[in-house]
Amino acid sequence: MRNPLSEKVVTIQPSGIRKFFDIVSEMKDAISLGVGEPDFDTPWHIREEGIYSLEKGRTFYTSNSGLSELKQEVSEYINRRCHVSYRPNKEIMITIGGSEAIDLALRAMLDPGDEVLIPMPSYVSYLPCVTLADGVPVVVELKEENDFKLRKEQLIERITDKTKVLIMPFPNNPTGAIMTKEDLQEIVDVVIEKDLYVISDEIYSELTYKGEHVSIASFPGMKERTILINGFSKAYAMTGWRLGYACAPELILSQMLKIHQFAIMCAPTTSQYAAVEALRNGDDDVAHMREAYNQRRRFLISELRRIGFQVFEPFGAFYVFPCIKQFGMTSDEFATKLLEEEKVAVVPGSAFGECGEGYLRISYAYSIENLKVALERIERFVNHHKKA
Amino acid sequence: MRNEILKVIDKNSRISSVDLAAMLGTTVDVIENEIKAMEKEKIICGYPTLINWDNSQCERVTALIEVKVTPQRGLGFDKIAERIYKFDEVESVYLISGEFDLCVMIEGKTMREVANFVSSKLSPLESVLSTSTNFILKKYKEHGMPLADDSSDDERMLITP
Repeated sequence: MRNPLSEKVVTIQPSGIRKFFDIVSEMKDAISLGVGEPDFDTPWHIREEGIYSLEKGRTFYTSNSGLSELKQEVSEYINRRCHVSYRPNKEIMITIGGSEAIDLALRAMLDPGDEVLIPMPSYVSYLPCVTLADGVPVVVELKEENDFKLRKEQLIERITDKTKVLIMPFPNNPTGAIMTKEDLQEIVDVVIEKDLYVISDEIYSELTYKGEHVSIASFPGMKERTILINGFSKAYAMTGWRLGYACAPELILSQMLKIHQFAIMCAPTTSQYAAVEALRNGDDDVAHMREAYNQRRRFLISELRRIGFQVFEPFGAFYVFPCIKQFGMTSDEFATKLLEEEKVAVVPGSAFGECGEGYLRISYAYSIENLKVALERIERFVNHHKKA
Repeated sequence: MRNEILKVIDKNSRISSVDLAAMLGTTVDVIENEIKAMEKEKIICGYPTLINWDNSQCERVTALIEVKVTPQRGLGFDKIAERIYKFDEVESVYLISGEFDLCVMIEGKTMREVANFVSSKLSPLESVLSTSTNFILKKYKEHGMPLADDSSDDERMLITP
Protein backbone atom coordinates (compact mmCIF):
# COMPACT_ATOMS: atom_id res chain seq x y z
CA MET A 1 0.00 0.00 0.00
CA ARG A 2 1.15 3.54 -0.67
CA ASN A 3 1.91 5.82 2.23
CA PRO A 4 -1.37 7.68 2.75
CA LEU A 5 0.18 10.62 4.55
CA SER A 6 1.56 13.98 3.64
CA GLU A 7 5.17 14.36 4.62
CA LYS A 8 4.56 17.97 5.54
CA VAL A 9 1.91 17.03 8.09
CA VAL A 10 3.77 14.05 9.47
CA THR A 11 6.88 16.07 10.24
CA ILE A 12 4.96 18.55 12.34
CA GLN A 13 5.58 17.96 16.03
CA PRO A 14 2.48 17.35 18.14
CA SER A 15 1.95 20.10 20.69
CA GLY A 16 3.93 19.69 23.92
CA ILE A 17 0.78 20.57 25.79
CA ARG A 18 -0.96 17.56 24.32
CA LYS A 19 1.71 15.26 25.72
CA PHE A 20 1.31 16.74 29.18
CA PHE A 21 -2.44 16.62 28.92
CA ASP A 22 -2.31 12.87 28.47
CA ILE A 23 -0.34 12.44 31.71
CA VAL A 24 -2.62 14.77 33.66
CA SER A 25 -5.85 13.22 32.51
CA GLU A 26 -4.83 9.87 33.93
CA MET A 27 -4.29 11.39 37.33
CA LYS A 28 -7.31 11.49 39.57
CA ASP A 29 -8.00 14.44 41.91
CA ALA A 30 -5.23 16.56 40.43
CA ILE A 31 -5.61 20.32 40.86
CA SER A 32 -4.90 22.13 37.66
CA LEU A 33 -3.41 25.56 37.10
CA GLY A 34 -2.86 24.56 33.51
CA VAL A 35 -5.88 25.90 31.75
CA GLY A 36 -5.77 28.47 28.99
CA GLU A 37 -9.35 29.60 29.23
CA PRO A 38 -11.44 31.72 31.61
CA ASP A 39 -13.06 30.09 34.64
CA PHE A 40 -16.08 32.38 34.35
CA ASP A 41 -19.17 31.16 32.58
CA THR A 42 -20.24 33.26 29.62
CA PRO A 43 -22.33 36.11 31.12
CA TRP A 44 -25.96 35.08 31.23
CA HIS A 45 -27.34 37.87 29.04
CA ILE A 46 -25.04 36.68 26.25
CA ARG A 47 -26.01 33.02 26.69
CA GLU A 48 -29.65 34.08 26.82
CA GLU A 49 -29.30 35.79 23.45
CA GLY A 50 -27.86 32.58 22.01
CA ILE A 51 -30.81 30.62 23.38
CA TYR A 52 -33.22 33.19 21.99
CA SER A 53 -31.68 32.93 18.53
CA LEU A 54 -32.22 29.17 18.64
CA GLU A 55 -35.82 29.62 19.76
CA LYS A 56 -36.41 32.01 16.91
CA GLY A 57 -35.15 29.36 14.52
CA ARG A 58 -32.08 31.28 13.43
CA THR A 59 -30.37 28.08 12.52
CA PHE A 60 -29.23 28.83 8.97
CA TYR A 61 -25.89 29.80 7.45
CA THR A 62 -24.95 33.43 7.67
CA SER A 63 -23.08 35.13 4.86
CA ASN A 64 -19.50 33.85 4.51
CA SER A 65 -17.95 36.83 6.17
CA GLY A 66 -20.46 36.78 9.05
CA LEU A 67 -23.66 38.52 10.15
CA SER A 68 -23.65 42.11 9.02
CA GLU A 69 -24.87 43.35 12.44
CA LEU A 70 -21.96 41.57 14.05
CA LYS A 71 -19.40 43.02 11.64
CA GLN A 72 -20.90 46.43 12.32
CA GLU A 73 -20.51 45.91 16.08
CA VAL A 74 -16.94 44.65 15.64
CA SER A 75 -16.14 47.73 13.59
CA GLU A 76 -17.49 50.01 16.31
CA TYR A 77 -15.75 48.06 19.04
CA ILE A 78 -12.34 48.17 17.32
CA ASN A 79 -12.83 51.86 16.71
CA ARG A 80 -13.73 52.44 20.34
CA ARG A 81 -11.02 50.27 21.90
CA CYS A 82 -8.17 50.29 19.38
CA HIS A 83 -8.81 53.55 17.51
CA VAL A 84 -8.62 52.01 14.05
CA SER A 85 -11.55 52.17 11.68
CA TYR A 86 -12.47 49.21 9.48
CA ARG A 87 -15.32 49.09 6.96
CA PRO A 88 -17.64 46.34 8.23
CA ASN A 89 -18.42 44.80 4.85
CA LYS A 90 -15.00 44.93 3.22
CA GLU A 91 -12.41 44.76 5.96
CA ILE A 92 -13.89 42.53 8.68
CA MET A 93 -14.66 38.82 8.71
CA ILE A 94 -15.98 36.54 11.42
CA THR A 95 -14.02 33.32 11.98
CA ILE A 96 -14.07 30.15 14.07
CA GLY A 97 -12.06 31.56 16.93
CA GLY A 98 -8.90 33.57 16.56
CA SER A 99 -7.12 30.37 15.54
CA GLU A 100 -8.88 30.11 12.20
CA ALA A 101 -8.01 33.72 11.47
CA ILE A 102 -4.32 33.01 12.11
CA ASP A 103 -4.42 30.08 9.71
CA LEU A 104 -6.28 32.07 7.03
CA ALA A 105 -3.97 35.04 7.25
CA LEU A 106 -0.89 32.87 6.80
CA ARG A 107 -2.37 30.87 3.96
CA ALA A 108 -3.54 33.98 2.17
CA MET A 109 -0.15 35.68 2.38
CA LEU A 110 2.56 33.06 2.08
CA ASP A 111 4.25 31.56 -0.94
CA PRO A 112 6.61 28.61 -0.49
CA GLY A 113 9.81 29.76 1.12
CA ASP A 114 8.48 33.02 2.55
CA GLU A 115 9.79 33.53 6.05
CA VAL A 116 7.61 34.34 9.03
CA LEU A 117 9.07 35.76 12.22
CA ILE A 118 7.55 34.19 15.33
CA PRO A 119 8.45 35.65 18.72
CA MET A 120 8.60 32.79 21.21
CA PRO A 121 7.66 31.58 23.79
CA SER A 122 4.18 32.00 22.38
CA TYR A 123 0.96 30.24 21.54
CA VAL A 124 1.50 26.76 20.16
CA SER A 125 -0.18 27.07 16.77
CA TYR A 126 1.78 29.79 14.98
CA LEU A 127 4.71 27.60 14.05
CA PRO A 128 2.79 24.61 12.64
CA CYS A 129 0.38 26.93 10.84
CA VAL A 130 3.29 28.61 9.06
CA THR A 131 4.66 25.22 8.04
CA LEU A 132 1.25 24.08 6.82
CA ALA A 133 1.04 27.25 4.73
CA ASP A 134 4.42 26.36 3.14
CA GLY A 135 6.15 29.23 4.89
CA VAL A 136 9.38 29.01 6.82
CA PRO A 137 9.04 29.78 10.54
CA VAL A 138 11.88 31.85 11.98
CA VAL A 139 11.90 32.01 15.75
CA VAL A 140 12.75 35.23 17.59
CA GLU A 141 13.56 34.40 21.20
CA LEU A 142 11.93 36.67 23.74
CA LYS A 143 14.04 37.20 26.83
CA GLU A 144 13.16 37.59 30.47
CA GLU A 145 15.65 40.44 30.82
CA ASN A 146 13.49 42.34 28.31
CA ASP A 147 10.32 41.47 30.21
CA PHE A 148 9.59 39.08 27.31
CA LYS A 149 8.91 42.04 25.02
CA LEU A 150 10.03 42.01 21.41
CA ARG A 151 12.98 44.35 20.87
CA LYS A 152 13.99 46.07 17.66
CA GLU A 153 17.52 44.61 17.64
CA GLN A 154 16.25 41.05 18.02
CA LEU A 155 13.91 41.63 15.14
CA ILE A 156 16.47 43.15 12.78
CA GLU A 157 18.84 40.28 13.49
CA ARG A 158 16.41 37.75 12.05
CA ILE A 159 15.18 39.64 8.99
CA THR A 160 16.36 38.34 5.62
CA ASP A 161 15.25 39.25 2.11
CA LYS A 162 12.76 36.36 2.35
CA THR A 163 11.05 37.71 5.47
CA LYS A 164 7.47 38.65 4.72
CA VAL A 165 5.40 38.44 7.88
CA LEU A 166 5.90 39.17 11.56
CA ILE A 167 3.53 37.60 14.07
CA MET A 168 2.85 39.82 17.08
CA PRO A 169 1.49 37.71 19.96
CA PHE A 170 0.74 40.32 22.64
CA PRO A 171 -0.60 40.29 25.33
CA ASN A 172 1.30 37.04 25.32
CA ASN A 173 0.37 33.50 26.15
CA PRO A 174 2.33 32.04 28.04
CA THR A 175 4.44 34.88 29.46
CA GLY A 176 1.75 37.50 30.09
CA ALA A 177 4.00 40.15 28.53
CA ILE A 178 2.48 43.22 26.91
CA MET A 179 3.85 45.78 24.45
CA THR A 180 3.28 49.44 25.31
CA LYS A 181 2.97 52.19 22.75
CA GLU A 182 6.68 53.00 23.06
CA ASP A 183 7.64 49.32 22.76
CA LEU A 184 5.55 49.03 19.61
CA GLN A 185 6.86 52.20 18.01
CA GLU A 186 10.35 50.80 17.51
CA ILE A 187 8.90 47.62 16.00
CA VAL A 188 6.66 49.66 13.70
CA ASP A 189 9.67 51.59 12.40
CA VAL A 190 11.42 48.36 11.44
CA VAL A 191 8.30 46.81 9.92
CA ILE A 192 7.71 49.80 7.67
CA GLU A 193 11.34 50.17 6.72
CA LYS A 194 11.70 46.49 5.84
CA ASP A 195 8.29 46.36 4.15
CA LEU A 196 6.89 43.54 6.32
CA TYR A 197 3.32 42.55 7.12
CA VAL A 198 2.10 41.95 10.64
CA ILE A 199 -0.34 39.38 11.95
CA SER A 200 -1.29 40.81 15.32
CA ASP A 201 -2.97 38.27 17.60
CA GLU A 202 -4.71 40.48 20.15
CA ILE A 203 -7.03 37.86 21.63
CA TYR A 204 -6.01 38.88 25.18
CA SER A 205 -6.31 42.63 24.51
CA GLU A 206 -9.05 43.14 27.12
CA LEU A 207 -6.94 41.46 29.77
CA THR A 208 -4.37 44.20 30.16
CA TYR A 209 -3.63 45.39 33.70
CA LYS A 210 -1.38 48.37 33.15
CA GLY A 211 -2.58 51.17 30.90
CA GLU A 212 -4.76 50.62 27.86
CA HIS A 213 -4.05 47.94 25.30
CA VAL A 214 -2.45 49.45 22.18
CA SER A 215 -2.98 47.83 18.80
CA ILE A 216 -0.13 47.90 16.34
CA ALA A 217 -2.72 48.59 13.62
CA SER A 218 -3.35 52.01 15.14
CA PHE A 219 0.08 53.41 14.18
CA PRO A 220 0.22 55.61 11.07
CA GLY A 221 1.03 53.49 8.03
CA MET A 222 0.28 50.21 9.83
CA LYS A 223 -3.38 49.55 9.07
CA GLU A 224 -2.51 48.68 5.47
CA ARG A 225 0.08 46.14 6.55
CA THR A 226 -1.63 44.56 9.57
CA ILE A 227 -4.06 41.70 9.99
CA LEU A 228 -5.63 42.37 13.35
CA ILE A 229 -7.01 39.25 15.00
CA ASN A 230 -9.24 39.19 18.03
CA GLY A 231 -12.20 37.22 19.33
CA PHE A 232 -14.69 36.56 22.06
CA SER A 233 -13.07 33.66 23.92
CA LYS A 234 -10.99 35.48 26.50
CA ALA A 235 -12.72 38.85 26.88
CA TYR A 236 -16.24 37.45 27.24
CA ALA A 237 -15.40 33.96 28.51
CA MET A 238 -16.78 32.40 25.32
CA THR A 239 -14.15 29.80 24.41
CA GLY A 240 -16.62 27.05 23.56
CA TRP A 241 -18.62 29.29 21.23
CA ARG A 242 -15.64 29.29 18.86
CA LEU A 243 -15.85 32.82 17.58
CA GLY A 244 -13.21 35.28 16.51
CA TYR A 245 -12.59 37.81 13.78
CA ALA A 246 -9.99 39.31 11.52
CA CYS A 247 -9.72 42.93 10.41
CA ALA A 248 -7.46 43.57 7.45
CA PRO A 249 -7.07 45.58 4.26
CA GLU A 250 -9.57 44.48 1.63
CA LEU A 251 -6.78 43.20 -0.62
CA ILE A 252 -5.78 40.60 1.97
CA LEU A 253 -9.14 40.01 3.60
CA SER A 254 -10.84 39.12 0.33
CA GLN A 255 -8.32 36.29 -0.19
CA MET A 256 -8.72 35.07 3.40
CA LEU A 257 -12.44 35.09 2.86
CA LYS A 258 -12.03 32.89 -0.22
CA ILE A 259 -10.31 30.17 1.83
CA HIS A 260 -12.86 30.53 4.62
CA GLN A 261 -15.71 30.28 2.09
CA PHE A 262 -14.47 26.94 0.76
CA ALA A 263 -13.12 25.44 3.99
CA ILE A 264 -15.59 26.68 6.60
CA MET A 265 -18.57 28.40 4.93
CA CYS A 266 -19.42 30.53 7.93
CA ALA A 267 -18.93 30.78 11.68
CA PRO A 268 -21.68 29.25 13.87
CA THR A 269 -24.86 31.30 13.63
CA THR A 270 -25.91 30.95 17.28
CA SER A 271 -22.51 32.16 18.43
CA GLN A 272 -22.69 35.14 16.12
CA TYR A 273 -26.02 36.29 17.55
CA ALA A 274 -24.70 35.87 21.08
CA ALA A 275 -21.60 37.86 20.12
CA VAL A 276 -23.69 40.80 18.94
CA GLU A 277 -25.10 41.00 22.47
CA ALA A 278 -21.62 40.66 23.95
CA LEU A 279 -20.33 43.67 22.01
CA ARG A 280 -23.44 45.76 22.60
CA ASN A 281 -23.88 45.17 26.31
CA GLY A 282 -20.82 43.34 27.61
CA ASP A 283 -18.43 46.11 28.62
CA ASP A 284 -19.31 45.81 32.31
CA ASP A 285 -18.75 42.06 32.28
CA VAL A 286 -15.34 42.52 30.75
CA ALA A 287 -14.42 45.13 33.36
CA HIS A 288 -15.66 42.91 36.17
CA MET A 289 -13.68 39.88 34.97
CA ARG A 290 -10.57 41.98 34.34
CA GLU A 291 -10.72 43.22 37.93
CA ALA A 292 -11.02 39.69 39.27
CA TYR A 293 -8.09 38.48 37.15
CA ASN A 294 -6.01 41.41 38.26
CA GLN A 295 -6.62 40.57 41.94
CA ARG A 296 -5.60 36.98 41.35
CA ARG A 297 -2.58 38.10 39.34
CA ARG A 298 -1.30 40.23 42.20
CA PHE A 299 -2.07 37.51 44.71
CA LEU A 300 -0.33 34.78 42.71
CA ILE A 301 2.80 36.83 42.02
CA SER A 302 3.12 37.86 45.64
CA GLU A 303 2.68 34.26 46.84
CA LEU A 304 5.10 32.80 44.28
CA ARG A 305 7.73 35.34 45.28
CA ARG A 306 7.18 34.57 48.94
CA ILE A 307 7.66 30.87 48.19
CA GLY A 308 10.96 31.70 46.53
CA PHE A 309 10.34 31.85 42.79
CA GLN A 310 11.87 34.47 40.59
CA VAL A 311 8.84 35.90 38.80
CA PHE A 312 8.76 38.56 36.13
CA GLU A 313 5.62 40.68 36.59
CA PRO A 314 3.24 40.12 33.68
CA PHE A 315 0.68 42.77 32.81
CA GLY A 316 -1.49 40.86 30.38
CA ALA A 317 -3.50 37.67 29.73
CA PHE A 318 -3.99 35.35 32.74
CA TYR A 319 -0.64 33.65 33.13
CA VAL A 320 2.49 34.06 35.17
CA PHE A 321 5.72 32.59 33.90
CA PRO A 322 8.01 31.92 36.86
CA CYS A 323 11.62 30.88 36.38
CA ILE A 324 12.59 27.47 37.79
CA LYS A 325 16.23 27.33 36.75
CA GLN A 326 17.32 27.41 40.41
CA PHE A 327 15.88 23.94 40.99
CA GLY A 328 18.19 22.15 38.59
CA MET A 329 15.38 20.48 36.70
CA THR A 330 14.05 21.00 33.20
CA SER A 331 10.61 22.53 33.09
CA ASP A 332 9.26 19.21 31.89
CA GLU A 333 10.79 17.38 34.87
CA PHE A 334 9.60 20.05 37.28
CA ALA A 335 6.04 19.93 35.99
CA THR A 336 5.97 16.13 35.91
CA LYS A 337 7.33 15.82 39.46
CA LEU A 338 4.99 18.51 40.76
CA LEU A 339 2.15 16.55 39.29
CA GLU A 340 3.29 13.20 40.64
CA GLU A 341 4.23 14.39 44.11
CA GLU A 342 1.68 17.10 44.82
CA LYS A 343 -0.91 16.56 42.12
CA VAL A 344 -0.75 20.08 40.79
CA ALA A 345 -0.78 20.51 37.04
CA VAL A 346 1.05 23.41 35.41
CA VAL A 347 2.39 23.61 31.89
CA PRO A 348 6.14 23.36 31.25
CA GLY A 349 7.43 26.48 29.51
CA SER A 350 9.10 24.32 26.90
CA ALA A 351 5.66 23.52 25.47
CA PHE A 352 5.71 27.05 24.04
CA GLY A 353 9.05 26.78 22.29
CA GLU A 354 12.56 25.77 23.27
CA CYS A 355 13.20 29.21 24.70
CA GLY A 356 10.42 28.58 27.24
CA GLU A 357 12.74 26.03 28.87
CA GLY A 358 13.44 26.93 32.48
CA TYR A 359 9.99 28.40 33.04
CA LEU A 360 6.48 27.26 33.93
CA ARG A 361 3.18 28.64 32.76
CA ILE A 362 0.83 29.02 35.69
CA SER A 363 -2.68 30.15 34.89
CA TYR A 364 -4.72 32.32 37.24
CA ALA A 365 -8.03 31.63 35.58
CA TYR A 366 -9.00 30.09 38.93
CA SER A 367 -10.66 31.36 42.08
CA ILE A 368 -8.49 32.64 44.92
CA GLU A 369 -9.57 29.62 46.95
CA ASN A 370 -8.30 27.23 44.28
CA LEU A 371 -5.08 29.17 43.89
CA LYS A 372 -4.50 28.97 47.65
CA VAL A 373 -4.82 25.20 47.77
CA ALA A 374 -2.53 24.78 44.79
CA LEU A 375 0.01 27.24 46.18
CA GLU A 376 0.20 25.37 49.48
CA ARG A 377 1.15 22.27 47.57
CA ILE A 378 3.62 24.11 45.38
CA GLU A 379 5.26 25.55 48.48
CA ARG A 380 5.62 22.10 50.00
CA PHE A 381 7.11 20.83 46.74
CA VAL A 382 9.58 23.70 46.57
CA ASN A 383 10.70 23.27 50.16
CA HIS A 384 11.26 19.62 49.47
CA HIS A 385 13.36 20.27 46.36
CA LYS A 386 15.21 23.40 47.37
CA LYS A 387 18.87 23.03 46.69
CA ALA A 388 20.76 23.13 49.95
CA MET B 1 -9.05 51.44 47.33
CA ARG B 2 -12.22 51.57 49.43
CA ASN B 3 -14.46 50.46 46.59
CA GLU B 4 -12.12 47.62 45.76
CA ILE B 5 -12.07 46.43 49.35
CA LEU B 6 -15.84 46.65 49.58
CA LYS B 7 -16.40 44.71 46.38
CA VAL B 8 -14.25 41.84 47.60
CA ILE B 9 -15.60 41.61 51.15
CA ASP B 10 -19.14 42.04 49.87
CA LYS B 11 -18.69 38.54 48.43
CA ASN B 12 -16.38 37.14 51.09
CA SER B 13 -16.20 38.90 54.44
CA ARG B 14 -13.96 36.19 55.89
CA ILE B 15 -11.01 36.88 53.61
CA SER B 16 -7.85 37.63 55.57
CA SER B 17 -6.24 41.05 55.45
CA VAL B 18 -3.06 39.41 54.21
CA ASP B 19 -4.79 37.91 51.18
CA LEU B 20 -6.76 41.06 50.54
CA ALA B 21 -3.59 43.14 50.62
CA ALA B 22 -1.92 40.82 48.11
CA MET B 23 -4.94 40.86 45.81
CA LEU B 24 -5.22 44.63 45.81
CA GLY B 25 -1.50 45.27 45.68
CA THR B 26 -1.21 47.10 48.99
CA THR B 27 -0.15 46.49 52.57
CA VAL B 28 -1.99 44.84 55.43
CA ASP B 29 -1.87 48.11 57.37
CA VAL B 30 -3.65 50.03 54.64
CA ILE B 31 -6.35 47.36 54.41
CA GLU B 32 -6.92 47.21 58.16
CA ASN B 33 -6.99 50.97 58.57
CA GLU B 34 -9.47 51.39 55.73
CA ILE B 35 -11.73 48.69 57.10
CA LYS B 36 -11.63 50.18 60.59
CA ALA B 37 -12.41 53.62 59.19
CA MET B 38 -15.31 52.26 57.16
CA GLU B 39 -16.71 50.49 60.19
CA LYS B 40 -16.56 53.76 62.08
CA GLU B 41 -18.26 55.64 59.26
CA LYS B 42 -21.00 53.00 59.13
CA ILE B 43 -20.13 52.10 55.57
CA ILE B 44 -19.51 48.61 56.83
CA CYS B 45 -22.37 47.82 59.21
CA GLY B 46 -21.71 44.19 60.05
CA TYR B 47 -20.50 40.82 58.81
CA PRO B 48 -23.47 38.43 58.66
CA THR B 49 -23.29 35.07 56.94
CA LEU B 50 -25.34 33.95 53.99
CA ILE B 51 -27.13 30.84 55.22
CA ASN B 52 -29.45 28.61 53.30
CA TRP B 53 -31.68 27.64 56.23
CA ASP B 54 -33.52 25.15 54.05
CA ASN B 55 -30.44 22.96 54.14
CA SER B 56 -30.08 23.22 57.92
CA GLN B 57 -31.98 21.57 60.76
CA CYS B 58 -33.57 24.89 61.68
CA GLU B 59 -37.14 25.63 60.72
CA ARG B 60 -37.51 29.13 59.35
CA VAL B 61 -40.32 30.96 57.64
CA THR B 62 -39.84 34.23 55.84
CA ALA B 63 -42.60 36.58 54.75
CA LEU B 64 -42.50 39.72 52.67
CA ILE B 65 -45.16 42.12 53.88
CA GLU B 66 -46.20 45.13 51.92
CA VAL B 67 -47.51 47.83 54.22
CA LYS B 68 -49.51 50.94 53.43
CA VAL B 69 -49.14 53.65 56.07
CA THR B 70 -50.05 57.27 56.76
CA PRO B 71 -46.92 59.40 56.85
CA GLN B 72 -46.70 61.72 59.84
CA ARG B 73 -46.36 65.43 59.53
CA GLY B 74 -42.76 66.52 59.85
CA LEU B 75 -41.48 62.96 60.21
CA GLY B 76 -42.55 61.39 56.93
CA PHE B 77 -42.20 57.64 57.01
CA ASP B 78 -39.20 57.47 59.31
CA LYS B 79 -41.07 57.31 62.60
CA ILE B 80 -43.44 54.57 61.56
CA ALA B 81 -40.60 52.65 59.91
CA GLU B 82 -38.70 52.80 63.18
CA ARG B 83 -41.69 51.55 65.16
CA ILE B 84 -41.79 48.59 62.82
CA TYR B 85 -38.10 47.76 62.53
CA LYS B 86 -37.60 47.72 66.31
CA PHE B 87 -39.46 44.43 66.55
CA ASP B 88 -37.00 41.52 66.74
CA GLU B 89 -39.02 39.52 64.24
CA VAL B 90 -38.38 42.12 61.58
CA GLU B 91 -35.46 41.24 59.36
CA SER B 92 -35.49 44.29 57.12
CA VAL B 93 -37.61 47.30 56.27
CA TYR B 94 -37.48 49.28 53.04
CA LEU B 95 -39.35 52.38 51.94
CA ILE B 96 -40.58 51.60 48.46
CA SER B 97 -42.21 53.33 45.55
CA GLY B 98 -45.40 51.92 44.06
CA GLU B 99 -48.72 50.88 45.50
CA PHE B 100 -47.41 50.27 49.03
CA ASP B 101 -45.10 52.36 51.20
CA LEU B 102 -43.03 49.92 53.21
CA CYS B 103 -41.68 46.49 52.44
CA VAL B 104 -41.15 44.51 55.64
CA MET B 105 -39.36 41.18 55.77
CA ILE B 106 -40.34 39.02 58.74
CA GLU B 107 -38.65 35.88 59.95
CA GLY B 108 -40.36 33.42 62.24
CA LYS B 109 -40.21 29.78 63.23
CA THR B 110 -43.62 28.92 61.85
CA MET B 111 -46.23 30.41 59.61
CA ARG B 112 -48.48 30.88 62.60
CA GLU B 113 -45.86 32.87 64.39
CA VAL B 114 -45.53 35.22 61.41
CA ALA B 115 -49.30 35.48 61.03
CA ASN B 116 -49.63 36.32 64.72
CA PHE B 117 -47.05 39.01 64.43
CA VAL B 118 -48.85 40.64 61.53
CA SER B 119 -52.27 40.52 63.10
CA SER B 120 -51.35 41.38 66.65
CA LYS B 121 -48.36 43.70 66.25
CA LEU B 122 -48.09 45.17 62.77
CA SER B 123 -51.67 45.74 61.59
CA PRO B 124 -52.90 47.39 64.83
CA LEU B 125 -50.26 50.13 64.61
CA GLU B 126 -52.06 53.42 64.32
CA SER B 127 -50.46 54.59 61.07
CA VAL B 128 -50.77 51.26 59.29
CA LEU B 129 -53.62 51.38 56.81
CA SER B 130 -53.30 47.94 55.26
CA THR B 131 -50.95 45.01 54.84
CA SER B 132 -50.44 42.30 52.28
CA THR B 133 -48.52 39.25 53.47
CA ASN B 134 -46.52 37.11 51.01
CA PHE B 135 -44.85 33.98 52.34
CA ILE B 136 -41.55 33.12 50.72
CA LEU B 137 -41.83 29.59 49.38
CA LYS B 138 -38.31 29.06 48.12
CA LYS B 139 -35.17 31.15 47.95
CA TYR B 140 -33.33 30.79 44.67
CA LYS B 141 -30.72 33.47 44.96
CA GLU B 142 -29.65 35.80 47.70
CA HIS B 143 -26.93 38.42 47.87
CA GLY B 144 -25.93 37.64 44.30
CA MET B 145 -25.42 33.98 45.05
CA PRO B 146 -27.58 31.18 43.70
CA LEU B 147 -28.66 29.02 46.65
CA ALA B 148 -29.83 25.92 44.83
CA ASP B 149 -27.01 25.74 42.31
CA ASP B 150 -25.09 22.49 42.30
CA SER B 151 -23.40 22.99 38.91
CA SER B 152 -20.28 24.61 40.28
CA ASP B 153 -17.87 21.88 39.13
CA ASP B 154 -15.08 23.03 36.88
CA GLU B 155 -15.88 21.42 33.56
CA ARG B 156 -12.82 22.69 31.77
CA MET B 157 -10.21 20.26 30.53
CA LEU B 158 -7.26 20.12 32.91
CA ILE B 159 -4.69 21.40 30.44
CA THR B 160 -5.41 23.57 27.43
CA PRO B 161 -3.12 25.74 25.32
